[in-house]
Amino acid sequence: MADLHPDNPYAKDRFPDRAKQVEFPPEHKARFEHLLTRYPTKEACLLPTLHLAQEVWGWISPEVVHYVGSLLDLSPAQVFGVVSFYNMYNQKPVGKYHLQVCTNLSCMVSNAYDIYDHLCDRLKINPGETTKDGLYTVVEVECLGSCGTAPVVQINNDYHENMDVAKMDALLPTLK
Amino acid sequence: MTEPIKVLTANIDKPNSASIETYGDYAAARKALAMKPEDVVTLVKDSELRGRGGAGFPTGMKWSFVPKNAPKPTYLLCNADESEPGTFKDRVLIEQDPHLLLEGMLIAAYAIGSCPMGYIYIRGEFYFGATVLDKALEEARAKGFLGKNIFGTGFDFDMTVHRGAGAYICGEETGLIESVEGHRGQPRVKPPFPAVVGVFGGPTVVNNVETLACVPLIVKNGAEWFKGFGTPKNTGPKLYCVSGNVKKPGVYEFPMGINLKELIYDHCGGITGDRKLKAVIPGGASAPMLLPDEIDLPLNFDAVMKAGSMLGSAGIIVLDESVCIVDAVWRLAKFFAHESCGQCTPCREGTNWLESILDRLERGEGRPQDADLLLDMSDNIGGKSLCALGDAAIGPVISSVRKFRDEYVYHVTHKSCLPGTRRYRRLDMPVAAH
Ligand SMILES: Cc1cc2nc3c(=O)[nH]c(=O)nc-3n(C[C@H](O)[C@H](O)[C@H](O)COP(=O)(O)O)c2cc1C
Ligand code: SF4
Ligand code: FES
Repeated sequence: MADLHPDNPYAKDRFPDRAKQVEFPPEHKARFEHLLTRYPTKEACLLPTLHLAQEVWGWISPEVVHYVGSLLDLSPAQVFGVVSFYNMYNQKPVGKYHLQVCTNLSCMVSNAYDIYDHLCDRLKINPGETTKDGLYTVVEVECLGSCGTAPVVQINNDYHENMDVAKMDALLPTLK
Repeated sequence: MTEPIKVLTANIDKPNSASIETYGDYAAARKALAMKPEDVVTLVKDSELRGRGGAGFPTGMKWSFVPKNAPKPTYLLCNADESEPGTFKDRVLIEQDPHLLLEGMLIAAYAIGSCPMGYIYIRGEFYFGATVLDKALEEARAKGFLGKNIFGTGFDFDMTVHRGAGAYICGEETGLIESVEGHRGQPRVKPPFPAVVGVFGGPTVVNNVETLACVPLIVKNGAEWFKGFGTPKNTGPKLYCVSGNVKKPGVYEFPMGINLKELIYDHCGGITGDRKLKAVIPGGASAPMLLPDEIDLPLNFDAVMKAGSMLGSAGIIVLDESVCIVDAVWRLAKFFAHESCGQCTPCREGTNWLESILDRLERGEGRPQDADLLLDMSDNIGGKSLCALGDAAIGPVISSVRKFRDEYVYHVTHKSCLPGTRRYRRLDMPVAAH
C-alpha cells in the first residue's frame, strides 16, 4: 500500500489505538448532551463537540476523531474533513501555552514579526514546533480582530494586546 | 470638526456595561413585539439601514425577501465572525454591550417570523466574547425576555452561541450557514439565496452584529431619527475601526460619512512618528488602496465606491511611507491564499500564485513581467470564482500595482525594497506546515 500522508488519521502509525479509547469525563458528557438539544440535527453539533474535545485532550487525535464520529453518527472521514478545514483544531499535540502571534497587516506594521522571531529564537524552536519541555508552541496566525491594539498575541484563550518584545519577555517566565 | 457620537456605543463606558441591570428592560423589543411583524420590517426599510458586514445591502429589504409559509422553519443568524483584517468593531459591542445585540436579534427574529432558535456565529478566537454572550443570554432568559411567550405575546425565541474555529471564509454568509450545519465552511452557489433556502433548508437571514445592534435604536427612536445621521441612503451611526500607522488607533463612532482625512489626522492624531502617509485601505483587507490625495472623502458606502474602493467593514488600515508596499500586499495575499476554501480553481490556485509572485519580488528574484503578471493573474480570479473572496483577494493587488508600479519595478531592477521602506518579516524563517 502506498504511504499515506503522515497527517492522515489512517496512516499506519496513527490508526486509532484500541488501547487508547477515549471518552468524555462526566462534566463534558453533560455539556455534550445539552448541545444536542440546541440544534435540529446531530451533525450541527460537530464544531462545538470538537471544541469540547480539544478542551479535554488539547488536540484532536485520531482516537478523538473516531469517538466524536461515533457520538454524532458521522464517519471518521467527515469528522476529519472538518478538523482539517478549521485552523483552531490542533491536529497534533501543542504546548501547555499556545503562543499565537498575529502577523497580519496592522500587527505587522506594529512590529509583530519582531515578537514572533524573538519567541522562536529565545525558545530555540521553528514556527509550529513545541519546546522539549512541552511548555510552549509558537505559531503565526491571521488577524485576530483586535487590530486597534496591535500587535496581539493570543495565548490559549486569552488576548494579550499592545505587545512588544520586552512585554513578551516579561510574560514568558510567568507561563509555567 | 465633526464630533464623535455615542449612540451605538452609548453604554460601553458604564460600569458593568454588559449586565442586564445596566442595559435595561428591552423596551424597544416590547414595543416591536406589540407591532405587526411587517410593520417592523417597514420601519427598518424606512430607516434606510444598510448592512454593516461588508456589502451594505439594505436590511429591511433583505428581511422582506423571506417567504411566508415556507415548508421549513425560518432562521435568524448573527454574523459575529469578524475576520476581515483591519476590523474590530463587533467585538466592542459583543464584549461591552451584548444586550443591545440580543435585543436587536429578538426584534429581527420577530420581524422575519423566525423559528424559536437563532444562532450567533462568533469566531472561535473570541472566546471571552462567547462567554459574555452566554452570560447575557442567561440573564435575558431569567427575566423572561427570551424563551416561551415573550412579553405575553405568544412569540417564542431563544439563541445559541455557535463558535467558529478559525476560518475567515465562514464570515461569508453561505460559508457561515455550512459551518453552522457542521460542515467545512465552503460557500454555496447562489441562487438559491439564503432568504429562500439557507440553514437546515429553511429561509435564513444573516446579519452582522453592528447591523442588528442598530435595530433596537431604530425601533425606539424612529426611522427619521436614524436618517438624521449621515446622508440619504447612507444613514445611521457608524463604527469605524482605525489601525496601522496612526497615533491613536481604535474604534470611533460618527454619523455615517465622516471624512477619511479628518478621521486620520484630527481624530486619530495623524501618522505615527509624524511620518508621511503612503496609502490607506478604507474597508478591510479586501478594499482597494487609496493614495494620500484620494482620502478627502466621506466614509459612506456610495462615496468610497465612487472613489474606486469600498467601505466594506469600515476597517481602515493606515500605512506610512516607511512601509514597503510589496511587503504589505504580500501579507494580504498570504492571508487570502491561506483562507481560500479551495473549492474553485481560480481562487485556490490564483491566490497562491499571487502570494508566491509577491514573495519572489521581496526576495529579489522578481522578473520584469511580474507586475503585469500580477494583473493578469488577478484578471483570471476576479469574477471567475464562486464567492466574493476571490474578488477580495485581488483588490489590494490590482490597486497597488496600478498606484505603486514604480515600487514594483524597483524590486525587480534593484533586487531590494525602495530606500527608506522596510520589510518586516525575516526571509530565512521557515514556514510552518499547515
Ligand atoms: C470572504 C467574506 C468574508 C466575510 N466576512 C464577514 C464577517 O466576518 N462578518 C460579517 O458580518 N460579514 C462578513 N461578510 C459579509 C457576509 O457575507 C454578509 O454579507 C453579511 O454578514 C450580511 O450582513 P449585513 O447585511 O448585516 O451586512 C463576508 C463576506 C465575504 C465574501
Ligand atoms: S472564491 Fe475562493 S473562497 Fe470563495 S468558494 Fe471559491 S475557492 Fe472558496
Ligand atoms: S492584524 Fe493583528 S489583530 Fe488584526
